[in-house]
Amino acid sequence: MTEQSYAADRGFLSTGRPGILGWIFSTDHKRIGLLYLWCIVTFFCVGMLLGLLIRLELFSPGADIMTAQTYNAAFTLHGVIMIFLFIIPGIPAAFGNLIMPIQIGARDVAFPRLNLFSWWLYVTGAALALTSLFTGGGPPDTGWTFYVPFSAQTSTNVSLAAIAVFILGFSSILTGLNFVTTIHRLRTQGMTWMRIPLFTWSLYATAWIQILATPVLGITVALLFVERMLGTGLFDPNLGGDPIMFQHLFWIYSHPAVYIMVLPGMGVVSDIVPVFARKPAFGYKAIVVSSLAIAFAGSLVWAHHMYTSGMSDTAVLVFSFLTFIVAIPSAIKVFNWLATLYQGSILLDPPLLFSLSFILLFTIGGLTGLVLGAAATDIHVHDTHFVVGHFHFTMFGGTGMAFFAAMHYWLPKIYGRMYNKAVATVAWGIIFIGFCVTYISMKVVGMMGMPRRYFDYVPEFTGLNQLATIGSWILGIGLALMFYNVIRGCFKGTPVEANPWGGASLEWQIPSPPPTENFGEDDPVVTHGPYDFKAAGIL
Amino acid sequence: MSGHEHRDDVGARFGMWLFLFTEVLLFGGLFILYAVYLHRYPHEFVTAGGELNVWFGGGNTLVLLTSSLCVAIAVTALQRGNTTLCLRLLGVTIFCAALFMVNKGFEWSAKIGHGIYPGSAHLHDLPPGEAVFFNIYYVTTGLHGIHVIIGAAVLIWTMVLIKKGRVNAGRWVMLENAGLYWHLVDLIWIFIFPLYYLILH
Repeated sequence: MTEQSYAADRGFLSTGRPGILGWIFSTDHKRIGLLYLWCIVTFFCVGMLLGLLIRLELFSPGADIMTAQTYNAAFTLHGVIMIFLFIIPGIPAAFGNLIMPIQIGARDVAFPRLNLFSWWLYVTGAALALTSLFTGGGPPDTGWTFYVPFSAQTSTNVSLAAIAVFILGFSSILTGLNFVTTIHRLRTQGMTWMRIPLFTWSLYATAWIQILATPVLGITVALLFVERMLGTGLFDPNLGGDPIMFQHLFWIYSHPAVYIMVLPGMGVVSDIVPVFARKPAFGYKAIVVSSLAIAFAGSLVWAHHMYTSGMSDTAVLVFSFLTFIVAIPSAIKVFNWLATLYQGSILLDPPLLFSLSFILLFTIGGLTGLVLGAAATDIHVHDTHFVVGHFHFTMFGGTGMAFFAAMHYWLPKIYGRMYNKAVATVAWGIIFIGFCVTYISMKVVGMMGMPRRYFDYVPEFTGLNQLATIGSWILGIGLALMFYNVIRGCFKGTPVEANPWGGASLEWQIPSPPPTENFGEDDPVVTHGPYDFKAAGIL
Repeated sequence: MSGHEHRDDVGARFGMWLFLFTEVLLFGGLFILYAVYLHRYPHEFVTAGGELNVWFGGGNTLVLLTSSLCVAIAVTALQRGNTTLCLRLLGVTIFCAALFMVNKGFEWSAKIGHGIYPGSAHLHDLPPGEAVFFNIYYVTTGLHGIHVIIGAAVLIWTMVLIKKGRVNAGRWVMLENAGLYWHLVDLIWIFIFPLYYLILH
């Protein structure tokens, strides 16, 4: 495609109301998806800078660049921003909105205005979260988990942050509700349940968790809010309450929430691996069932965060057992991806590189999760840097890598332009090395006994902490290079055709960038599965 | 489909049911707390529960059940094209909602007059089990009260749309959804009433 013909038709990017108002009041799922994407990338960068500052502070024992109170605020904000503003909405709200309706042959989501409202709620919640930094008693210093009794007593601005989390949760619920309804009601002719692309399937499972788990977070932070405002004492032993109940309610949401975070990432990888192996997805049905199984089993394991909180031994045993069950469907997916790659005709393009690093890092993260899921070993490493290393392997090495894979896979479709693949590959390599240096060091120093969230440490831990900090610099450089390359590619890259990767699902059958109506006058009729490359004429 | 407005009544109803799930789970958190604390302080819960006025609670139960009946009939009335009857019945529902809140106001102010409210000195002097009962009572009925107000507001908005003819005998899913929400408000009260007012009477 030449530069001229590209300029003539920029699909949904150019049609519709011009100017900023045409974006922030658009009900087009693709425009809303891009609004989410750029907000989410921005917040990721803010969270990343905070993470770099935390690592810098830990470069040597004692105070280096900030006070202990600032450090508490920094890791709280890093957590709140990364969890509630980046990783939970990350893949579903950005790429789910951009791609999911197209993958099932729909013109839009079931409730387009509600979709726009969700984005506004997200922006409102984000604005309130940022406001809490500069108002009241200063930035919250509780950690992202808001545990009572400290969160009920601290003079920092926890109340506003709790309202922000409530609103962000509401936004997440409405997105989930919209996606479930869309996938049930708006599949085009021939798009049977067993022809739905695995990315959309993963969003379906995720959306159910969003609907069923998030309200419990809502009531939990609401109770924290009234506790602080009115002194309702429901978690205060002096008034008959029990602080453990806060932890139960919090994790009834927040453990399923880690599957809100990782399931869409698994969906991205499940979509990318077959395309770059030029083979149908191995065990399509097993991947579908395992997504639903993770969503179900993941709702029953919340108390494995609380082994040291004073639960009964029976409860510890039961939750430990249930936790191990979740490993089964996760492992099924890993084996299916590997079997898909086996004897495939592999193209090592950037989307696949990020997906492969997902598979490796998520597997390591998952296996170290079993160390924490087993009660006996958990007592040893609970609340150490081992935990920090573990969840960064699953959340960043997992979902983060999948988010980057999705950016490299679908943004050429959305903008109709390709980034520089060589630079993307180099950036991937730097990110991968930086990641391993940072988080493996954390795991080791955690095994040695360094607690998490501590401002200071004993001199014995200095070497590994410095290694982790140096790793964070490498990681930062890699991420900066990657974002520069992708963003430059979106606006100045070489124009691409409709199907640059050779995908067989519906989004690759329409022009890049997609037209506003997605499929023009006639809705598509689907006659084959999403990974049937022969029937799609790719092979 | 192209060129026409997209309309999917089944989808709209489906979405509403999903939303009702989320509301049930929101209150579910409070019911979990109730269950745990009831298990821990069975005697204190009976003592404290005995201080609630069962006539206020029972009266409000009747008011809400009546309002739910009116909404149910109003939906059928609109489907059969009887807009006037529909609007009148919705008017009765709004009146019931107001009556419920006024009742609740009297009930709460009587309790507050006795020094029983969250954060009060009196509550700190009570045994912990009784204090937690009253606190959870205030939080649960307070959250329910907020839902009564939201439900009434949604019904009023629906009445405006019916007046304008945007909701009518041919397209009534908006009224049905508003009605479903109102039934949920009613349903939650049906659980709150025995748990708090009738505990081992």
